[in-house]
Amino acid sequence: MTQANIELFQSIREKTLKVLLDGRQTGLKVVGLYCTYAPQELVLAANAIPIGLCGTKEDPIPAAEEVLPRNLCPLIKSSYGFAATDTCPFFHFSNLVIGETTCDGKKKMFEIMQDIKPVHVMQLPHVGDANQTMNMWVAEIRRLKARLEQELNVTITDEQIWDAIDIINEETRLVKEMHDLNQQNPPLLPGMKLLIASWSRSFATSKQDVIATIKDVIATAKADAPTERSNRPRILLTGCPVGLGSEKVVRLLDELGADMVAMENCSGYKTLELQASKQHADPIVALAEKYLKIPCSCMSPNPYRMELLERMIEDFQVDGVIDLTWQACHTYNIEANAVGKLVKSKGLPYLHLESDYSQSDIETLKVRIEAMLEMVV
Amino acid sequence: MITIGLDIGSTAAKGVLLSEQERRLALVPTGWSPRTAGQQLVESLLGEAGIGRKEVGRIVATGYGRIAVQDTDKAITEITCHARGIAELLPDTRMVIDIGGQDSKVMLLGKEGRVVDFAMNDKCAAGTGRFLQVMANAMDLDVAELAEVEELDSLVSVSSMCTVFAESEVISQLAQGKSRAGLIAGLHQSVAKRVAGMASRMGIAAPIAFTGGVALNTGIKRALERELKQELFTPMECQYSGALGAALLARELK
Repeated sequence: MTQANIELFQSIREKTLKVLLDGRQTGLKVVGLYCTYAPQELVLAANAIPIGLCGTKEDPIPAAEEVLPRNLCPLIKSSYGFAATDTCPFFHFSNLVIGETTCDGKKKMFEIMQDIKPVHVMQLPHVGDANQTMNMWVAEIRRLKARLEQELNVTITDEQIWDAIDIINEETRLVKEMHDLNQQNPPLLPGMKLLIASWSRSFATSKQDVIATIKDVIATAKADAPTERSNRPRILLTGCPVGLGSEKVVRLLDELGADMVAMENCSGYKTLELQASKQHADPIVALAEKYLKIPCSCMSPNPYRMELLERMIEDFQVDGVIDLTWQACHTYNIEANAVGKLVKSKGLPYLHLESDYSQSDIETLKVRIEAMLEMVV
Repeated sequence: MITIGLDIGSTAAKGVLLSEQERRLALVPTGWSPRTAGQQLVESLLGEAGIGRKEVGRIVATGYGRIAVQDTDKAITEITCHARGIAELLPDTRMVIDIGGQDSKVMLLGKEGRVVDFAMNDKCAAGTGRFLQVMANAMDLDVAELAEVEELDSLVSVSSMCTVFAESEVISQLAQGKSRAGLIAGLHQSVAKRVAGMASRMGIAAPIAFTGGVALNTGIKRALERELKQELFTPMECQYSGALGAALLARELK
């Protein structure tokens, strides 16, 4: 991948800021999203811009700790801290913020966040495939649709939702294709490049632009593909969400001469196989079905995550797996037990790391990652 | 080929010179400069062997100071080096428990001393040599005397894992007239429980080797054996397994 291409992704946030500033005059509607469970198709269908919100940097955590307990996941503290200190421009310009009950910490934090901004919290059922939970989730998506219509003063038609479904399905398919460039040896988009590409796209204001950028990146990467095989260890990263600001493990891997070839995390591969099916008569049902399949550790049981990991280990020819849990994320922390068993049963080294957004444990993380890389035969 | 392995720990720096005929050992306190400690070790090993630096084929450094040491061919983590060293000293070993000055770790070994899995304590002095040193100071003892003074029959449990809280707990127990000998037994039990927990999470695999500076403390060893219900094997050169592993890996480098 050429340097120019990476800049396409790196400049997204800057471009977005301009669009949002200009949009104040034109009445542009913006809906902030924290999590991959938010059905962004509905936001698009409402002629509003779905935009990712800040929550991956350490800076606002001290401010958040004036309100939230210290012993809480850094992602929740960072998200709230950005909102409370008004230092996230995307949050600032959002007309509405969508949250989900993916864990107790977020659920209760969103209650406090309502004082700063209108927050619509979706009650997420935590069982994957029972009929009853599907009915509940369909109802929750309808409730979100009604809230968007009221808050943004629009009417959302089925046709608009189907159109949005086409766009997001296309984007997802292309993002998957981009990640899959790492299945070959040498990987075409390893380490920080993969992280920047996956994370930055959620801050774009135009899906058409993102789709064009991804196509460009794929084409350039293929054209510039080196032919010589690489001996660098191929590592899969799984666990809690990672973005710029909380990328220390990805950076350490780069630094220690390993390639992160795959990310199963939220902004990575976790959602990339999921397409809303056009077989349904009702687009809301199509969305509900797609989003409820997301293999987040908040689901119980969560078999699809294990299936996905197993397949990714094969497809990306992985030499070892690092499972990163942010402090106090109980569900990913507990699920690490099952992930560890799966990885070890494949005869591969498995490293579970528990950390936060601070830099204080860089050396202890480094020695563990280095030792794990030494285990790769 | 003559090789040198340097293990620059937080408290002690250990060096091993390895040739076809002999194995020489050296130890110096790390002090504030891991670089100087490394230099001292190399000079002392070369002096004893009566050879020059040029006759040494490779030097591998390990331990927390592995990057700071100069004039080395490679840095390898203490996890890989300890495992390799133990595979040489006690060839059948399946699991290694290593307690050093600032961390404790457990390694599961596969063929030829390869690491299959490992765990290290986190961000804290609980279950390390440092913990014992602080407690020894609080009781006006040298850390080397702890095992000798220990009295299991009068064991006083110490519940705090945190070094700072445990120190005040010990001081208040002493003030209440509890015996120093019993408290030492309690402290040994506390370290052993912490480390045994780490080993159990990984799945106990015998035979188990016990290494690192703290392995010199027979009280900790007995406490660990009680917790794990397994006999522990400590090689004569228990402080040197990391440095020996580094010297062996230096020889095997491609």
